[in-house]
Amino acid sequence: MLREITIGQYYPAASVIHRLDPRVKLVGTILYIVSLFLFEQFLGFAAALIFFFCVVVLSRVPFRYILRGLKPILLLLLFTVLFNVFLTKGTVLVQWWVFKITKEGLYRGGFMGCRLILLILGSSLMTFTTTPNQLTDGLESLLTPLRLLRVPVHDIAMMMSIALRFIPILLEETDKIMKAQQARGADFETGSILARAKAMLPIFIPLIVSAFRRAFDLAQAMEARCYRGGDGRTKMKPLRYRGRDFVAFGYLAVYLLAIILLRRWL
Amino acid sequence: MEIVAAKELTHEFPGRDENGDVVGTVKALRGVSLQIEKGEFAAILGHNGSGKSTLAKHINALLFPTGGDVVVCGHNTKQEENLWEIRKSAGMVFQNPDNQIVATVVEEDVGFGPENLGVPTDEIWERVKDCLKKVGMYAYRKHSPNKLSGGQKQRVAVAGVMAMKPECIILDEPTAMLDPKGRAEVIETVRELNRTEGITVLLITHYMDEVVFADRVFVMNEGELVMQGTPRQVFARADELKALRLSVPLETELSDELRKLGWNMPEAILSRDEFVSAFLTLPWKKTPGAAKDVKKQALLKAPNPAEAQNALSFAEPQKAPKPPLLELADVSYTYSAGTAYEMHALSHVDLSVGEGEFIGLIGHTGSGKSTLIQHLNGLEKPTEGTVRYQGKDIHAEGFSKKWLRGQVGLVFQYPEYQLFESTVLRDVCFGPKNLGLSEEEVERRAKAALELVKIPQELWESSPFDLSGGQKRRVAIAGVLAMRPKVLVLDEPTAGLDPRGHDEILGQIETIHRQTGMTVVLVSHSMEDVAQYADRLVVMNHGKVAFTGAPRQVFSHVRELEHIGLAVPNAAYLMTALREAGVPVGTDVFTVEEAKEALLRVLP
Repeated sequence: MLREITIGQYYPAASVIHRLDPRVKLVGTILYIVSLFLFEQFLGFAAALIFFFCVVVLSRVPFRYILRGLKPILLLLLFTVLFNVFLTKGTVLVQWWVFKITKEGLYRGGFMGCRLILLILGSSLMTFTTTPNQLTDGLESLLTPLRLLRVPVHDIAMMMSIALRFIPILLEETDKIMKAQQARGADFETGSILARAKAMLPIFIPLIVSAFRRAFDLAQAMEARCYRGGDGRTKMKPLRYRGRDFVAFGYLAVYLLAIILLRRWL
Repeated sequence: MEIVAAKELTHEFPGRDENGDVVGTVKALRGVSLQIEKGEFAAILGHNGSGKSTLAKHINALLFPTGGDVVVCGHNTKQEENLWEIRKSAGMVFQNPDNQIVATVVEEDVGFGPENLGVPTDEIWERVKDCLKKVGMYAYRKHSPNKLSGGQKQRVAVAGVMAMKPECIILDEPTAMLDPKGRAEVIETVRELNRTEGITVLLITHYMDEVVFADRVFVMNEGELVMQGTPRQVFARADELKALRLSVPLETELSDELRKLGWNMPEAILSRDEFVSAFLTLPWKKTPGAAKDVKKQALLKAPNPAEAQNALSFAEPQKAPKPPLLELADVSYTYSAGTAYEMHALSHVDLSVGEGEFIGLIGHTGSGKSTLIQHLNGLEKPTEGTVRYQGKDIHAEGFSKKWLRGQVGLVFQYPEYQLFESTVLRDVCFGPKNLGLSEEEVERRAKAALELVKIPQELWESSPFDLSGGQKRRVAIAGVLAMRPKVLVLDEPTAGLDPRGHDEILGQIETIHRQTGMTVVLVSHSMEDVAQYADRLVVMNHGKVAFTGAPRQVFSHVRELEHIGLAVPNAAYLMTALREAGVPVGTDVFTVEEAKEALLRVLP
């Protein structure tokens, strides 16, 4: 089940989007997300959709694959739409018992649904085209100014990249421990909520013990390889803007302009 | 010139009782003095808990002496300003391949050390490329470490250390968690680096065959250095080594046995060739005599050339001798069916497990062994085919999986990682409690199980996390035994244990099998183990059963087994070498006992 979640995964392909500097992609994604919240009309979404599709085509990630990223949030999406449809006040179209569907509700439901879909698809495209390491490097670089405020930017980035490395390992371990306890007759599927929560203890305790053991081992291995924080460290893959990144910034500027114009006119 | 020197090195730490209060001191190292010369391949042997890893951490300045000194490349570890210079000069590779790889891409992980040292970017790339080539992992530079085998991960870790241009590499049980192929890969890589790069190697291990090539061997016990010398000098003291929970290579052991019987064999034979040429100097007979000085078991298995011939022509899989208790009929299992990650873990497997059998399940990593055993107690459901227990389909409606899991006990690899209760006894109670037994019965079974695996009563009320590695393993096995299963399935129960711990666990399983008639399915990488304990072998390859039959039938397929990356027991190779030299010994000899018998029969 956990295997099927595609959101947050990297999709390897040789595309110009994959090769872009992660900072460009981060800035682009932020701009895109902000734009989704600025638009108050469907027409604005059309602009976002055009922008999104251009990037999808350039990225060479199959569209079907991107769509699968919606699967885990389907429930959330459904709730958002339904809440908006039923709870918005306005001209009543259909009424049944306490439920009312209003014209404004339908509009708002559709609008929020579109916003959420575009939001998820756009941000998952970011992770599909950027390796976790590039992502953390990009974040570290973009957040560097915060160091003046004594925010430990390097350490946060290092923690993120270690977390990303260990997520699949710990997922596998969870699966293994669950099976091992099931082999000892443990039952996670039946009983009251309290009983089921209690049944999780034989999974959580070994998992936490193991996570601490791994953390200790890794810390020791890092120290043995002379890790001592970000100071004096060089980079194997330093971020350098290239020609294509400036072109991409150009396109982002065009998109920004489009947002401003659309806000003005609509 | 010496690279590492320890002088009267002592390491003590405060011991704590159950409440965390300090009670006395634990002495992990007691006055260890040793020197390692530049360019040397040195090995430290010792059982689990002998202090060898503590010693290694001192050389890398991860730990600091509480007494005495450690000097690495002229720098004393006591002076803090030397810290980074020492860690750079003496790189360290750890036991667990997963817990020492930092980055999510192979090349970035190798670059991690040089990055920390502040090496300029261009040079980092050069070093990464160079080091990955040296360990033969260059083709994998863009891969995720999670997709590599254990042996490959360890080679990446070696490259990561090499990229820091150290004087010396310390490897702390780098092969303990690997399969035989991975072990060979890692050791070969390290030897090559020692030979061609002249890098000093300090290998810490409890596998004797890995130290045969070393220039010098140190043996540790209870925090002290008890032996040192060339492998030949050390292996000459086989009995002492055994008393230290270690073992010696097969050839050494056999020549030792012969010498004890008065034959003129040289001390400490290290290789097959040496053994053969030494044996040829004995007055061996052209025609083998009758077996003598035989134990009952050896008599039953005594090699007989006619039988060997028979075995060689035997190709059909043998039927299980008794009506099957568990049966897999045409079972296939596919992971992530219908996606890009589709993988056929099992395809059309037929297997029956008869009551009272002791089955050895072998195959290299990824051959489908682990998936197969998870079908035996219904943890995985076959994509195709049926699994039957006592003739009933276990996935039929109304068939209680919980009951089945009590009947077919499954002990996973590294089962000690599933311990969770506050006391040993309560942890062992978990299984029988889940079966819904009365409190008295649960406790009775748990206590009996703990006795079976020989956990002393005074440990029953202590926390399972405070036990030694071998004890934890036995407690975890007891946790399954306490359910009183009819079938006990064990996935590599000896992984990571020292030679004595290994023999103890297998010996206990064999005893339980003999005394209670419990059916056993033992998953193992070791041909020696399955040859010694199993009545029947099942060889897996690419998700299929490649061979099944009595050990000697299966082992007669030497070439086919080698073709799929497996081997026959070492004893068989030794006998083949002797036979090729003209000595009339049977080649269907698989255990040390059998080899000894075979040799005695050709001696007057």
